[in-house]
Amino acid sequence: MPAQTLYDKLWEAHVVREEPDGTALLYIDRHLVHEVTSPQAFEGLRLAGRRVWRPATALAVPDHNVPTTDRSRGIADPVSREQVETLERNVREFGITEFGMEDPRQGIVHVIGPEQGATLPGMTVVCGDSHTSTHGALGALAFGIGTSEVEHVLATQCLVQKKSRVMLVQVDGETPPWVTAKDIALAVIGAIGTAGGTGHAMEFAGAAIRALSVEGRMTLCNMSIEAGARAGMVGVDEKTIEYVRGRPFAPRGRLWEQAVAAWGDLHSDAGARFDRVVCLDAGDLEPQVTWGTSPEMVAPVSGRVPDPEAESDEVRARGMRRALEYMGLEPGTALADIAVDKVFIGSCTNSRIEDLRAAAAVVRGRRVAPNVRLAMVVPGSGLVKRQAEAEGLDRVFREAGFEWREPGCSMCLAMNADRLEPGERCASTSNRNFEGRQGQGGRTHLVSPAMAAAAAVAGHFVDVRELAEV
Amino acid sequence: MQPFTRHTGLVVPLDRPNVDTDAIIPKQYLKSVRRTGFGPNLFDDWRYLDPGEPGMDHGRRRENPDFVLNQPRYRGATILLARDNFGCGSSREHAVWALMDYGIRVVIAPSFADIFYNNSFKNGLLPVVLPAETVDRLFRAVGAREGYRLTVDLERQEVETPEGERLAFEIEPFRRHRLLQGLDDIALTLQHADEIRAYERRRMREAPWLFQDLLAAETGR
Ligand code: SF4
Repeated sequence: MPAQTLYDKLWEAHVVREEPDGTALLYIDRHLVHEVTSPQAFEGLRLAGRRVWRPATALAVPDHNVPTTDRSRGIADPVSREQVETLERNVREFGITEFGMEDPRQGIVHVIGPEQGATLPGMTVVCGDSHTSTHGALGALAFGIGTSEVEHVLATQCLVQKKSRVMLVQVDGETPPWVTAKDIALAVIGAIGTAGGTGHAMEFAGAAIRALSVEGRMTLCNMSIEAGARAGMVGVDEKTIEYVRGRPFAPRGRLWEQAVAAWGDLHSDAGARFDRVVCLDAGDLEPQVTWGTSPEMVAPVSGRVPDPEAESDEVRARGMRRALEYMGLEPGTALADIAVDKVFIGSCTNSRIEDLRAAAAVVRGRRVAPNVRLAMVVPGSGLVKRQAEAEGLDRVFREAGFEWREPGCSMCLAMNADRLEPGERCASTSNRNFEGRQGQGGRTHLVSPAMAAAAAVAGHFVDVRELAEV
Repeated sequence: MQPFTRHTGLVVPLDRPNVDTDAIIPKQYLKSVRRTGFGPNLFDDWRYLDPGEPGMDHGRRRENPDFVLNQPRYRGATILLARDNFGCGSSREHAVWALMDYGIRVVIAPSFADIFYNNSFKNGLLPVVLPAETVDRLFRAVGAREGYRLTVDLERQEVETPEGERLAFEIEPFRRHRLLQGLDDIALTLQHADEIRAYERRRMREAPWLFQDLLAAETGR
């Protein structure tokens, strides 16, 4: 048997049939569903008189539209409310498990999948959401799909797919303290560009990746879509198995033994061939801050806003000029001189317990700077929130002047009431700094949780290591 | 799905790389539970000067005269000429629905983001990949001549320019076939229901833990 990549193995195990041109029917093990991209899919089933092929494989949760403040009065916005209620009706009609808004397990779909053991190594995992790549951290083949495909999976348990090319992102060396998975992700995107991974599945490997916790690997895989790769993945190791063990939906007893034995093979074989290899030394990395309106517009925190005039490619230079205008920034400005109005710690990229611990460690005993109008922490799930409260992190944040909210997507995309006002500048732990992403006219700088916390207490971007040392 | 065979239409140039689906259709419109009605909000933040919300009368909003779609010479365009990495970001199929609802049938670009590319085919929107130099040339031609129209022929896999040039493009045979016929993917897949069941039986033996029922697990098995 020739050496195979992890992607090859996952792909092969799920092919139901293949057309002569290589188009395959791929079997889907886990289908995660949220309220924004599913209504039209259920409606399509209804119109065609179709049923759901295997309802037991789907797990639904409302996350994008839910309020992060007191939920006892429901959702104020009638349009948001209708969408969440539509999901409830649909899951009831089609017999799908849902963690409703009042369920303590509710949270961002990509946080609760792994947290519940609903996503497991070796699975194919899909969701009508581009950040489904997150689940690849467990050694799964996980990728985002559109609503027509959501309907297709509901009706057939399969997707029509063609095999991607595979890119290896090899990150060696030892990551310096306070440089996190988020910084690795941003540095990779900065190096290869937001279209660098297009047409590829991206596997992360190397000493720095092995050293990451499974949660850190989720952050990294989460951002692979920002590098253009539909799927990100990390091979299974001891950490993966330990992470999954004992989770509510994880297998138990004899099934667990059997599963663990099979998962042992979920890594790329030595000598496996990749279509592209990108290497990075983690030892060289600094905390990263984005300065533009695309995640590839990123620099180390010690850096400066670049000058479009120095860019030789005219299309790129124009993109940079536009971005700087939108962001209200001058070329040459030191990133550390940029003041922030709001700070958002949350999203499926960085709202798990380790993220909150890292941010709290920076915040502890300090106060949010007076020029920061709002600093908020939005835990990724009800269980993350509960855990953080058990550790007293909520008090650390509250005493520093942060708001401590209910779980959901929140200001990652501002579909609920949490958003930036035009011109407001935000240090955000989310994944996209597109124009208007966090609110029309809002200006987003992507950073790690520790860097966001540092910006909150300093009032401007600052190398978290300067704060951490004192 | 609407089949696509051959289409001739006015071309509108959108000269920026990395146009993301948040820009194509901003999030506030994703609250709709329907597939139609997104056209007036295509590129909403760029197209209007005032902030838009669902339920507004968009015909009465202030248009941004500088935005290319609003320029009189490009009104009624059905072919969008774009730059690299068009449709990146969120998986929202609403982006494709908005383009279609506005009247766009073809997007031509040097490259597309994967999910957007996929979503296009499910709705009868044809994404055409041409080399960056060719796209560059088309941008210049569109700018130089008012009323610039292209013909896109899926059968022959060619874009025909007014100068009579024929630009060949690649497309996967299976996708092309389905789009030409306007075939329903789900109906096609369900023709293979027996194979799906056979796969499930085999897989259940190999990896039985994948067949635990979430509902049963919920209720304590
Ligand atoms: S947190 Fe943000 S990126 Fe993640 S699923 Fe929610 S909206 Fe999407």
